[in-house]
Amino acid sequence: MKYSEIVCLLRSKSKIIRYEIIKMIGKAGSGHPGGSLSATDIGVALFFYQMKYKPDNPKWEERDRFILSKGHATPLHYALLAHANYFDKKHLSTLRQYNSILQGHPASYLTPGVEVSTGSLGQGLSISAGIALAGKMDNKSYNVYTLLGDGELDEGQIWEAAMFSAHKKLDNLCTIVDRNHLQIDGNTEDVMALEPLVKKWQAFGWYTITIDGHNMKKIISAFDEFLTIKNKPTVIIAKTIKGKGVSFMENKAEWHGKPLKGELLKQALQELEPRINNG
Amino acid sequence: MDNKNKILPIRDGYGRALLKLGETNPDIVVLDADLSTSTRSNWFAEKYPDRFIDVGIAEQNMVNIAAGLSLEGKIPFVTTYGVFVCGRAFDQVRNTVCYSNLNVKIVGSHGGISVGPDGGSHQAIEDIALMRILPNMTVVVPCDHFQAYKATLQLAELQGPAYLRLAREPTATITCEDYKFQLGKADILTKGDDVVIIFAGTIGAEVMKAVPLLHRKNIYPTIINMHTIKPIDKETIIKYSKKFGKIITIEEHLKAGGLGSAISEVLAESYPVKIKMFAINDRFGESGQPDILLDAFGLSAEKISERVERFLLEK
Repeated sequence: MKYSEIVCLLRSKSKIIRYEIIKMIGKAGSGHPGGSLSATDIGVALFFYQMKYKPDNPKWEERDRFILSKGHATPLHYALLAHANYFDKKHLSTLRQYNSILQGHPASYLTPGVEVSTGSLGQGLSISAGIALAGKMDNKSYNVYTLLGDGELDEGQIWEAAMFSAHKKLDNLCTIVDRNHLQIDGNTEDVMALEPLVKKWQAFGWYTITIDGHNMKKIISAFDEFLTIKNKPTVIIAKTIKGKGVSFMENKAEWHGKPLKGELLKQALQELEPRINNG
Repeated sequence: MDNKNKILPIRDGYGRALLKLGETNPDIVVLDADLSTSTRSNWFAEKYPDRFIDVGIAEQNMVNIAAGLSLEGKIPFVTTYGVFVCGRAFDQVRNTVCYSNLNVKIVGSHGGISVGPDGGSHQAIEDIALMRILPNMTVVVPCDHFQAYKATLQLAELQGPAYLRLAREPTATITCEDYKFQLGKADILTKGDDVVIIFAGTIGAEVMKAVPLLHRKNIYPTIINMHTIKPIDKETIIKYSKKFGKIITIEEHLKAGGLGSAISEVLAESYPVKIKMFAINDRFGESGQPDILLDAFGLSAEKISERVERFLLEK
């Protein structure tokens, strides 16, 4: 497939995934749309461009591992897994309901394709470092991809894991920071300033790449670049827009975890409805 | 049996078991948080440096790195002071290890007040409570060097999360090298007709020292070592409660949530009898020599024998 065709395909996939996210959260009556929509393009590039995996064999040893450290963005992960054929799409309408395989936050014992349960922030990078280290110990060729929220970087454990990963030269570990600048209580720089963020990661010994997290070409070239980096872990700081794709949600902290109902739900679905030839 | 009553550090039993496991099972990995010389994980580190990971002073990170390693088929033993791994890293143990039911073994050294001079900040007195309330978790509190050795080997075979509590001080051994340890099955150490005492951990050394003192008072106790706190041996607890009509529990842990509490939960539902708990009552530990502290907290052999006698006189 030609490069332009791949990019075009990924872009249209993003539209479908965004639509699924809103449909799912609307049906559930609760959930986290903002941070799911901001990370959608990254997730799509991971699942439909970058990572190798076998949905019919979720524990395939050589698969690339994906850890959703910002567990509240699980509607995104579920939509990606369903569209990657890990399970039937009909499950998406059961999100957050009793007896569903799709819990409000990731539960690995219930959902095929979810490597580990997350939801309590700040833990995913350490888990990923453990997986990456095991890969090094056993000379495995898989890579580990970890999606972090920017608000999540307030957790001290992230920086413990950052130190550890650089110390162990885990070049099979790629972390993506969904840098949407918003956390529940407001702008990250007002709540707990993260800047200068790139310099922080560099000081911790990481290779850094900064991109527009909604530009599919930039996203896939960042992932290509990661594969060439040796002896240190890579972090991609992806500048994103919280609530991306739904006009009234964009850049609004309140849409972190607000239920979506009635007219607004209808409007959001209309804005996102995938149309043919809209790629 | 000639090993009985030797004074041996329980930590060394764990360290020795790790060496054995290192030799027989290539999946065993050991993690420590800058305390490897006190926890004895340094023995494994010297022999198997490629399978030893020192994370520095970062307990939360350590538990989650172990979680990641376990996802890839490793059997990680996470070792540090009980008070730090159970307290500081509780959320990591709960939300990652237990919720995902991962094969991570957590080893808390320095349990109880017998840690001594380091004081209350370093004495784990709530660790059993914190670990045993978690779904999927197994909790083992060995009484001596040999039991720690055997428990470690068996926990490596068990699939799923487990907590193993150790202690700092060398203590008199109660079991021996050829003793048969069975996870989840309590050991009956003495059989007497006057009272039943159930204990867990190295406090067993004091309990056994109290036996001749009790004999002098003409009290003959049945003594049970409840080394596995979870899953607890309900059958034995109910059997002996029925036989004696009241029981005494002894532990180096808070009364709230510890061994006595676990036994009470069993008996309250199945066969309620009067229970006397010799434990730490809603307070922190403090600095002092271990023997002086145990006596001050009513857990020395002398205090145990006095308290047992008093309990038997109660209506």
